[in-house]
Amino acid sequence: MTANAMPVLRVRDLRVTYYTDAGRVAAVNGVSFDLAPGERLGLVGESGCGKSTLALALMRMIKPPGRIESGSAVVRTAQGEIDLLTLDEAAMRKVRLSVISYIPQGAMNALNPVLRVEQQMLDALQAHMPQMPRREMLARAEAALESVELSRDVLRRYPHELSGGMKQRVCIAIGILLSPRVIIADEPTSALDVVVQRQVMETLRRVQEQLGASLILIGHDMGLMAQVAHRVAVMYAGQFVEISPVHAMFTQPLHPYAQALIQSLPRLENRGVFHGLPGMAPSLLRLPSGCAFHPRCAYVMDACRREAPPTVSTPDGRLVQCYLYAAAKEGESAAMQERASPQPQEGMRA
Amino acid sequence: MQLTYLIRRLAFLVFVVWSAITLLFFLPRLSPINPVRERFAELQRSTGWAPRDLERLVKVYEVKFGLNKPLHEQYLEYMGSLLRGDLGYSIMRYPRTVGDLIAQALPWTIGLLTVTTLLTFAIGTGIGALAAWPRSPQWVKGMVTPLVVLAAIPPYLLGLLLIYFVAFRAKLLPMGGAYTLGRFAEPELSMPFLLDVARHAILPALSLILSTVGFWALGMRGMGVTVQGEDYVTFAEHKGLDLSRIFYAYYVRNAILPQVTALALAFGSIVSSGILVEYLYGFPGLGSLLNAAILANDFFVIYGIGLITILAVAVSMMVVDLLYPLLDPRIRYTRA
Repeated sequence: MTANAMPVLRVRDLRVTYYTDAGRVAAVNGVSFDLAPGERLGLVGESGCGKSTLALALMRMIKPPGRIESGSAVVRTAQGEIDLLTLDEAAMRKVRLSVISYIPQGAMNALNPVLRVEQQMLDALQAHMPQMPRREMLARAEAALESVELSRDVLRRYPHELSGGMKQRVCIAIGILLSPRVIIADEPTSALDVVVQRQVMETLRRVQEQLGASLILIGHDMGLMAQVAHRVAVMYAGQFVEISPVHAMFTQPLHPYAQALIQSLPRLENRGVFHGLPGMAPSLLRLPSGCAFHPRCAYVMDACRREAPPTVSTPDGRLVQCYLYAAAKEGESAAMQERASPQPQEGMRA
Repeated sequence: MQLTYLIRRLAFLVFVVWSAITLLFFLPRLSPINPVRERFAELQRSTGWAPRDLERLVKVYEVKFGLNKPLHEQYLEYMGSLLRGDLGYSIMRYPRTVGDLIAQALPWTIGLLTVTTLLTFAIGTGIGALAAWPRSPQWVKGMVTPLVVLAAIPPYLLGLLLIYFVAFRAKLLPMGGAYTLGRFAEPELSMPFLLDVARHAILPALSLILSTVGFWALGMRGMGVTVQGEDYVTFAEHKGLDLSRIFYAYYVRNAILPQVTALALAFGSIVSSGILVEYLYGFPGLGSLLNAAILANDFFVIYGIGLITILAVAVSMMVVDLLYPLLDPRIRYTRA
């Protein structure tokens, strides 16, 4: 899929189920993707589509009644390959933050209100390298704060003495304390105002580039994704329906859901005319048969109702889960291609 | 800033104490019973001694205690003597002073109630914290329910049950008193005496602990449930911290704040919370003394114990107010 042959993170057929009283909820339903070194992958989808569950599963933070059913998530480190999903609790605790780190939405209350920033950063260092002398830890913490453009006196402050943007920066500083290979940022800017949002995002991008880490950026904000991500994955009902390079995703989305998503965005050209998405997001408790998107899809076929579509990879390195392209690939039904894609030149070349 | 806050807080303390004492002064006076006459009637009942000139005797003692004056003058006089640190004479145990009686009873009450209050706080808060912690085993989470059932039983009833089963039937522990009266003439500072006191204190302490630990557990569990779902607890786990560090520094440390306020209040009510239990076990503390004073309408002893209670509540509240910024950095007294 990506040009780079050796992905940092290789996720295969990841499945997470929540066992609720109302039944089993397949929140992540067979997700596979690769993450290249230094790559920024944007992950979009409506609320409840499984974005955050996917992030939690990679951190192994799924709590009962949720359970990781199957799959693998292999991180390549200097010490070798680690399958996150098979590590025991203690080993996973060591891996968190040092190999794969999670940056929460920090503007709210991701920071402990009764501890100074300093203590919260030292806690993290202490947990991973207890032998490190305190002075060195402090130096590390200061350096991390500096790299997110905060002064060192933030160390002595309590979270309530910081602004929302500063708190988010502290969360980023904590996230990069141990130079992880993969950073997952779960809507890191959604509680900030637009100006601060942009600045914080710039900082996140810069430190990620400096570290050479890969970034999974979860969010709703398509504009932000367009600015930051190399590739964008669109998630629907627990599955990746399309992964495409950012430019292709915004100009020629393949999957009908991705198309609808992009069309719903305001543009300069079609001022005042927005196309909403018809229908409602499906309940994960009772998914439609076949392709989960078929009840809302304009191009629905019989096959879509019967069986889930295969994942098709296009020659230009895009992945899409839809019969339209499965058929196209086999060179069948030219009429359907005609009907299927508003941008027939892309993805239909086979 | 801190100093002005301290001064304002002290002024408030004085106001609270003054108004509570004033209220306390007038309340027992609503009763039509004359304590002096009662005292002689009691004497007559128990000894058969009947003074020839009862009315004159009553008058003399009323003058002695100042009860003959109008109420507002008595009030001013009493407040005046309080300022001089004089709590007056006891009516029922005349010529002993109120200060003397209280000084004798106070150590017993403080000893019993301080220990039980601290123990209940620690046990209840611990159980509550564990009960709300998602990784606790099921039986720990289930412990709160029986404790809350126990909390519904008043301590004196629990005390009766304990006396019956543990002391009377099983004869494991003494039925009452603070120490074995035949063995020790009066309290002394020796190992056998302290052990004897501890043995006597187990049942009263147990009735107090069992009947209140449920409230502490319930309160802590309520806060714990909220805090364990907070983002900072989750983020602490994302950081890869040890569970014990998350438990203490991120979870308990935040959930315990309201419990500390409640602890201060509990310390304030040390004198009053044990009254019935002290009485039940014949424990020579303030509770037993207050009970006797109320029965005898001994105003001055009631006032004296009331004053101690009020001071304890007011001072412990102030101490909590002053300590709270240390526990919760979000609270700072910076009003101009």
